[in-house]
Amino acid sequence: MIQVKLRKTFPARSDSVGFALELEFRAAAGITVLFGPSGSGKTLTLDSIAGFVRPDEGRILLEDDILFDGATGVHLPPQARNCGYVFQNYALFPHMTLRENLVFAAERRPRLERHRRVNEMIERFRLGDAAGRRPHELSGGQKQRCSIARALIGAPKLLLLDEPAQGLDAPLRAEFYDILRQVRSDFKTPVLLVSHDLDECFELGEQMLILRDGRIVQSGTPAGILEGPANLEVARLLGRFNLLPGEIRALDPGRNTSRVLVGEFELEGPYFPGRLKGDHVTVCVRPDQLRALPRNGRPGANQIPAGLTRAVERSQSMRLEFDCGIAVDLSSLEYERQRDNRQWVIEFPSDKLRVL
Amino acid sequence: MPLDWFPLWLSLRVAVLSTAISLGAGLWIAYILANRNFRGKEVLASAVTLPLVLPPTVLGWYLLVLIGRASPFGKLWELIFGSPLVFTWKAAVVAAILHSFPLLVISARAALESVDRSYARAARTLGASEWRLFWRVTLPLARRSVFAATALAFARSLGDFGVTLMVAGNIPGRTQTVAVAIYDAVEAGNGAVARTLVLVISFIALLVLTVANRVAMPLTESR
Repeated sequence: MIQVKLRKTFPARSDSVGFALELEFRAAAGITVLFGPSGSGKTLTLDSIAGFVRPDEGRILLEDDILFDGATGVHLPPQARNCGYVFQNYALFPHMTLRENLVFAAERRPRLERHRRVNEMIERFRLGDAAGRRPHELSGGQKQRCSIARALIGAPKLLLLDEPAQGLDAPLRAEFYDILRQVRSDFKTPVLLVSHDLDECFELGEQMLILRDGRIVQSGTPAGILEGPANLEVARLLGRFNLLPGEIRALDPGRNTSRVLVGEFELEGPYFPGRLKGDHVTVCVRPDQLRALPRNGRPGANQIPAGLTRAVERSQSMRLEFDCGIAVDLSSLEYERQRDNRQWVIEFPSDKLRVL
Repeated sequence: MPLDWFPLWLSLRVAVLSTAISLGAGLWIAYILANRNFRGKEVLASAVTLPLVLPPTVLGWYLLVLIGRASPFGKLWELIFGSPLVFTWKAAVVAAILHSFPLLVISARAALESVDRSYARAARTLGASEWRLFWRVTLPLARRSVFAATALAFARSLGDFGVTLMVAGNIPGRTQTVAVAIYDAVEAGNGAVARTLVLVISFIALLVLTVANRVAMPLTESR
C-alpha cells in the first residue's frame, strides 16, 4: 500500500507558465492507473514517488517506510526506496547483455542467491533464448519483458511504469498487458501505471486516478467512472460521451423522474438531485447507451429525429454520427438491419441519462 | 653527432605520468561538474579551463610562484625529498599536467553528460550506489570519448614547451624534453637532429590519435 500526498510548484517564468501539482491518494495491491492528458503531472507524480524529484511539501509512505516527508525533511534517494521503475524507453544498459542487466539489478544479494533469482526471472519471463544478447539485438517484446524483470528482481514494494505501452503495435500491447496481469498475480506488488490511453486503463486498471493540471479530478474504478463522470471536465477528458447542453424543465422526486430540454425536445430522465428547475446543465450519455431507430412518423418518447451524416466502422461496432452532433454506437448486426433508413430517430434511455 | 634519444624518452615518461595523474584527478572533477550543482560551479569550470587560455609564460610564472624554491610548497618538497622540485624532470610533469588536466576535464565532463540520464535513473532505482553507477554504467557508456580525451591529453603532454622550459629548464640529459631539444637544435643550426626529432614526435602523435579513434569500440545504442 502506498500513500501519497504531495505538492510541487513550478513558478511561472518569462517564457513558460507555472505549474502546480497537488494531490493525495492511496494505492493498494493491484494495478492503479494514473490517467490524464499530456502535461497533467502524471510523470511528475511517478518521479516524485521514485525519488527523482523532490516535492515541496507532503508525505509519501510506502508500507511502513517514509520515502518523503516535507515536514521532517526526509527525502530518501531512489536507491533506498525499493521502488521498481520501468521507463518509457526501457533504459536497458546497452553495454551489457540481458543477463548482465538482470545481474546488475540483483547485485545487492549474496552471490548464490543472485544467480538463482536471475535464472528464475529469465525463466519466468521467457528470456532464455535471448539471455546472452545485447539490448539492441532484442525484439520489442523481449526488451519489455527484460525491463520489467529487471525492475522486479530486487523484490520492490511498488512497481512504477511510465507509459510503457506507448507506441507499441497491437500484439505487443496485448502481450504487455498479459505480462502485467501475470505480475499482479505472481508478485502481488502494487503497480502504478501512467497512461493517456483510456483503453489501456480499462484493460488494466482496477483503480483509476484522473489527473488534470496537476490535480486529481476523479478516482474510482474505470467502469464506475465511465458510468458516472464526476463533472463536465472529466467527461470531456474521457472523450467517450455525447455532451449536450440542456435545461431542466421539471423535477419530480416522488416519481423519480425529471425532464430536460435538449434543443427543441424534452427528454425524460431519472430524478437529478441537487438541481433546480431552469438550471442549465449538460446532458451526458454514451454512444453505446443510445439507440438509433428508423423514423416512423412523429418521434416517440425520448426520441430525437436526426439526419445521419456519417457511419464509421470501428473495431467492435459501427459509429453513427448525426447532424445534431450526437454519436451513436450500434453493433454491426443492428446497423446492417437499418442501413437503408432514410430517416432516423435517436432514442435516449430514460434511466441512464445523466446531467453534469 | 650521434642523436641523443634522451629527450624522447623523457618526454614519453613525462607524458605517461602527467596523463595518468590528469586522468585520475580529471575524472573526479568531471564527475563533480557533471553531477553536482553548487554555487561557484561554473567558476570552478572556468578555473579549470584557464590554463588552456593563458600564455605559457604566464602559466610558468604562476607555477614558479607556487612550486618554486621560495614557495611553501617548494620548501616542503625540498624538506621531504632533499632536493627542489623545480628544474627537475618532475617539474616537467607538473607543467604537462597544466594542459592535460583541463583538456581531460572538459572532454570527460561532456562525455559523462552525454550519457542518457535515464540509465543513471534506472541504475539508482535498482539500488546501485553512485560509485557503482559511475564505474559500471556511466563511464563504460562514455568510455569512447574518455579514451579519446586521454589520448589527446597524452599527445599534448608530449609536446609541451613554454611552461616546461620555465619550471624544468633546459638541462640536457636531465630535463630537456623533446620540444625543448628541437628548439635547441634549430637554434644551433643542427637541422638533422631537429628534423629527426620532429618526425618522430609527429609520428607518435599521429599514431596515438589514430589508435584512440579506432581502438575504442563504438557502442550501438538502442531505443
